[in-house]
Amino acid sequence: MTELLVREPAAVPGPGAVAPVAATRRERLARLWRFLRRRPGLIVSVVFVALVLLAAFAPGALAPADPNLGVPADRLQAPGLAHVFGTDYLGRDVYTRVVHGAALSLQATVIAVAVALVVGGLIGLLAGFVRGWVDEGLMRFVDVLLAIPAVLMSLALITALGYGTANVAIAVGVASVASFARVMRSETLRIRQSVYVEAARSVGTRWHVTLLRHVLPNAAGPVVVLAVLEFGLAILAVSSLSFLGYGAPPPAPEWGSLIAEGRNYMATAWWLCAMPGAAIAATVLSVNRISRALDGEWARAR
Amino acid sequence: MSPMARYLLRRAGMAVGVLWAAFTVSFVVLYLLPGDPVATMASGGLDGEPLTPEQLDALRARYGLDQPLIVQYGHRLWGALHGDFGASIQNGQDVRGAIMEALPPTIQISLAGLAFAIVVGGTVALVATYTRAHWLRQVLMGLPSLAVSMPVFWVGLMLVQVFSFGLGLLPSVGANGPQALILPAITLGLPTGALVAQVLAKSLSQALDEPYVATARAKGVGRVDIHLRHALRNAALPALTVLGYVVGNLLAGAVVVETVFTRPGLGRLTVSAVGVQDIPLVQGIVVFAAAVFVVVNLLVDLVYPLLDPRIATGAAA
Repeated sequence: MTELLVREPAAVPGPGAVAPVAATRRERLARLWRFLRRRPGLIVSVVFVALVLLAAFAPGALAPADPNLGVPADRLQAPGLAHVFGTDYLGRDVYTRVVHGAALSLQATVIAVAVALVVGGLIGLLAGFVRGWVDEGLMRFVDVLLAIPAVLMSLALITALGYGTANVAIAVGVASVASFARVMRSETLRIRQSVYVEAARSVGTRWHVTLLRHVLPNAAGPVVVLAVLEFGLAILAVSSLSFLGYGAPPPAPEWGSLIAEGRNYMATAWWLCAMPGAAIAATVLSVNRISRALDGEWARAR
Repeated sequence: MSPMARYLLRRAGMAVGVLWAAFTVSFVVLYLLPGDPVATMASGGLDGEPLTPEQLDALRARYGLDQPLIVQYGHRLWGALHGDFGASIQNGQDVRGAIMEALPPTIQISLAGLAFAIVVGGTVALVATYTRAHWLRQVLMGLPSLAVSMPVFWVGLMLVQVFSFGLGLLPSVGANGPQALILPAITLGLPTGALVAQVLAKSLSQALDEPYVATARAKGVGRVDIHLRHALRNAALPALTVLGYVVGNLLAGAVVVETVFTRPGLGRLTVSAVGVQDIPLVQGIVVFAAAVFVVVNLLVDLVYPLLDPRIATGAAA
């Protein structure tokens, strides 16, 4: 929703130019250690994101119970030793449901970012490499995408495609194509000017080889940084849409729909909304922290 | 024609172009992708009785959905140029009328949210750049990233939890009276406030490095005066440029906030339209949102030279 958070552009040309002298492995590790030691928040973020990813790919490792199986006698219990996040109106353990919900929510997020990355990246690459009227036309199109608020764009796509996790993911992805196209284009324009592209051209390398072997790998850095940032935004967008009820149908534990379910019991059971929401917020916060570390902070800390 | 007039004309022409393209993009998305609104409507039938194929065809003919797409496109574009976005499939209501009817409550919470965002975001930025306490600055500048990491609907629900159910201070739902406006406005304004805080803090700290601040300091002007009278006045201008995005954000945020607080408005209208695949209504709302974005940005561009004379001379040169 807040695409336009001001981000300091990286002060250095890019990750490719960070270490001109080949550092030994030991030096690199030492540098990493120095970098992390002064940033405890970053360490916590990395560990937390690792846990969330584990939850997404192997939920059983963190919460072995069945997320859809409840013990009616234990219904609506407040968080405690037996149930860390409490239980819901069917006696299902909220912690288990949040852990298993990570799978659906993160899958949707990954699809969304992948769609935005591939489509936006191709548009930007084409616009920056071909230039001329192709560039002009594509960038006008991107301007139009920026004029439509992302949520409304996603809702229009859901109207056309229908409900479901995959459709929500595609809708979120298409709505964030524009920022990838812009970054990719500016990177491509920058790299086109470089000496190695000129050299590749002068020895008669074909254009698609130049594109794949020289432009694409060197443009990757900033695009990856953006992808990490967009990952956080996509988690929020996907959970909003699933909160509104456009995601997976009820028994499935998606993060947004867990909160929507808990809403009906808010007056008596605060934890039903609070816990899944805190999980979303902590994930997004951690992802954003990592994206900030990748975006120049690492390169600046020499 | 003076260069200024030419600039204005070009800018207005671009705005119209973006609007046309937004109409076309939303048409392509809504009409070209698979999905049959008439069949959806019939399956969710009012009295449960399935419609016969003849009835379906009659409905399609009534909404012009039986014609070739290019004809439908021309027809709808012609209508849109006259402010006519067709009739809602849900209840046959005129789309423009439905949007206009839903608009006032949304404008209300948007303005309240914007006010909250400017006051809170502005305060955070001012204090963070003014304070000499390192820890306070760190804490304050951490707030925006915290605010944008929390899902908007969750913030709303937590506010309801604390202030309505916990403390019993404010109503949790509805749109009666000014008290009912407070929680939705905070929820809606929070991400925008984060944006305002970040943009303003950045331009404030840039302004504080300018030579005129050094001059003022040398003259013995107090810190508060420098901050508010010299730096803020210059730093507020760049913050104005994000207004277009902010308005788009508020409009989009209304979708979630109005659902959380069960308030009437454009957001709720959108959610219900998506729920029943009311394509004309969804398209009308998308184009309306794009129009708001374009108009606000146009206004910002036009007002900017008036506020910052340097831009005006730049455009005339």
